[in-house]
Amino acid sequence: MEVKLKVLRYDPESGKEPEYRRYTVDMPESATVLDSLIEVREFHDGTLSLRCSCRSAICGSCAMRINGRARLACKTQVSSVAEDGEEIVVEPAGNMPTIKDLVVDMAPFWDKIRAVKPWLQPSGPPPEREYLAPPQAMIELAEVMNCIMCGACVSDCTVLEVDKSFLAPAALAKAWRFVHDPRDGNTAARLRELSEPSGIWDCTRCNFCVQVCPKDVKPMDQIMKLRAEATAIGITNNAGSRHTFAFTSTVKEGGRLNEFQMLPRTHGLLNIAANLAELPGGIRMIRAGKMPSPFTHKIPGAAHVKRIFKRFEHAKV
Amino acid sequence: MKYAFWPGCVSKGACPELYTSMVRTSAALGIELVELYDGNCTGAGVISEHSMETADALNARNFALAQRLGLPLINICSTCQGVQSMAQQRLKKNAKLAAEINQTLSDEGLYYDAQKGLEVKNFLWVLVEDFGLDRLKSMIKRPLHGISAGPFYGCYILRPESILGFDEFPERDTYLEQVIEAVGCKLITYEGQDKCCGFPILTINKKNSLTMAANHLSEAQKEGADFLVTPCPLCHLNLDAQQPDAAKYATVDGLQVPILHLPQLIGLALGIDPKELRVDRHVVSTNKVLSKLTATPVHA
Repeated sequence: MEVKLKVLRYDPESGKEPEYRRYTVDMPESATVLDSLIEVREFHDGTLSLRCSCRSAICGSCAMRINGRARLACKTQVSSVAEDGEEIVVEPAGNMPTIKDLVVDMAPFWDKIRAVKPWLQPSGPPPEREYLAPPQAMIELAEVMNCIMCGACVSDCTVLEVDKSFLAPAALAKAWRFVHDPRDGNTAARLRELSEPSGIWDCTRCNFCVQVCPKDVKPMDQIMKLRAEATAIGITNNAGSRHTFAFTSTVKEGGRLNEFQMLPRTHGLLNIAANLAELPGGIRMIRAGKMPSPFTHKIPGAAHVKRIFKRFEHAKV
Repeated sequence: MKYAFWPGCVSKGACPELYTSMVRTSAALGIELVELYDGNCTGAGVISEHSMETADALNARNFALAQRLGLPLINICSTCQGVQSMAQQRLKKNAKLAAEINQTLSDEGLYYDAQKGLEVKNFLWVLVEDFGLDRLKSMIKRPLHGISAGPFYGCYILRPESILGFDEFPERDTYLEQVIEAVGCKLITYEGQDKCCGFPILTINKKNSLTMAANHLSEAQKEGADFLVTPCPLCHLNLDAQQPDAAKYATVDGLQVPILHLPQLIGLALGIDPKELRVDRHVVSTNKVLSKLTATPVHA
């Protein structure tokens, strides 16, 4: 099978701009993108740099962008991304500086992992023997424990693209792993830190991390669990938590969202400066005929919606 | 063609022009909409941050209303689509949860059969999969030649693919491009077309939110888009209503990209009067697009 690759080549030390180079290699039908890149490096162009180790989707070394999306090259079969011999575009993982070609500097990735203190912090006197955790608690953490730290989620995170300070999906998913571990005694402090700017409330819920994760860790889902947990233990003095409360309570009252009330309730009614700053935007909306009604419009079944809230709001099924 | 119609909260709030244009365009296409006046908010992925069970119950209630009518459900919001698809999957998997929800719903005579499920489709999917683009092309009275348009999808109609029916319909991430070309526009593509508009964090981290919008709008303008079209009113709000504020983060001078709702684009191609489609109800003026339109002959 003829495999056509278009690989982004870049050596910052050379002073030259990044450029795409094309390679065509002959590979078996079952070949992966990684197999093809190794073929290039070994037999066509020894200057190509890439990172790989296990070739079995376990070590997490070979995350890179393949046709615009972060994937493990070793887990990506050529036939799954290039039907009928189409060219495959291979680029380094995003949101991290390139060291050379397909090798990125993962220092910012590890800094964020370290920032969430990814180790157990038990409280109280140590037990006589090992710390025990019930199996059920571990089952609930199975998704996050599958993380192989490949950085695919970080590569394609849309928040990180505009804000390098965001803790980003991998570190936040790792944080949930410790927040939810029954052996950890520092849950509240962890959640308070995670609720600060650049933390859990800065995620846009774009689902890119869920989409690209090769291990089905569902980082965004873990971030949502952190939000729920932080709110549940009363860490609510932040815009994100107020936004969730405002949204939820307007639906609880009328059955549908009251958009008008979202801004003042998220900023806080007494936050006059922030609310005044929204005025020009509001006037623009009024002029365009887009200003939602300030009054709660109740759907006919609003009472039934209220009943649903009463039954399930604090239930775990 | 007949659907139970879930208009979503935003088409009844900050984007009334979406509701009007959807009703008008559907009538012209011969798509009958039976509106769920009693439907409730899907939770938009926000209520689930607070209580997943409540969000699932709220969605089950909407599904039950549609099942009672015996009709598939149509929505006009990418976020509603994603949230509804995810809720369906959870309700199908968790029989205990579905049973407890049904017990609560029974008080108002409702029941959602989670195993039977319900077809839930955004207008975009309906257009391509149920209506058909060839049929649409045959109805076009005002081909939008000479106008360049870019797509903007909204996250929840694209990701995660595993719950959005991509196994059965693998081209769902190209439908907007197909529609743009079907109505005669020149297709403009750009990097940010499938990314986040920034709306969900507008009130939480405004700078990040507006920078996201500004990046996509700047790219689209650089590529020569006369306007963008979106199946998501939340994306519309961030890209249109916030565009004057986003301009300060733009990488182009004079940021000015009108954002059309999908039913507005289809309505224009069907020859409907732009006023009836409320194309003037946008923060970013659509006049430049409309002036190109009037230069395009309307076929009787």
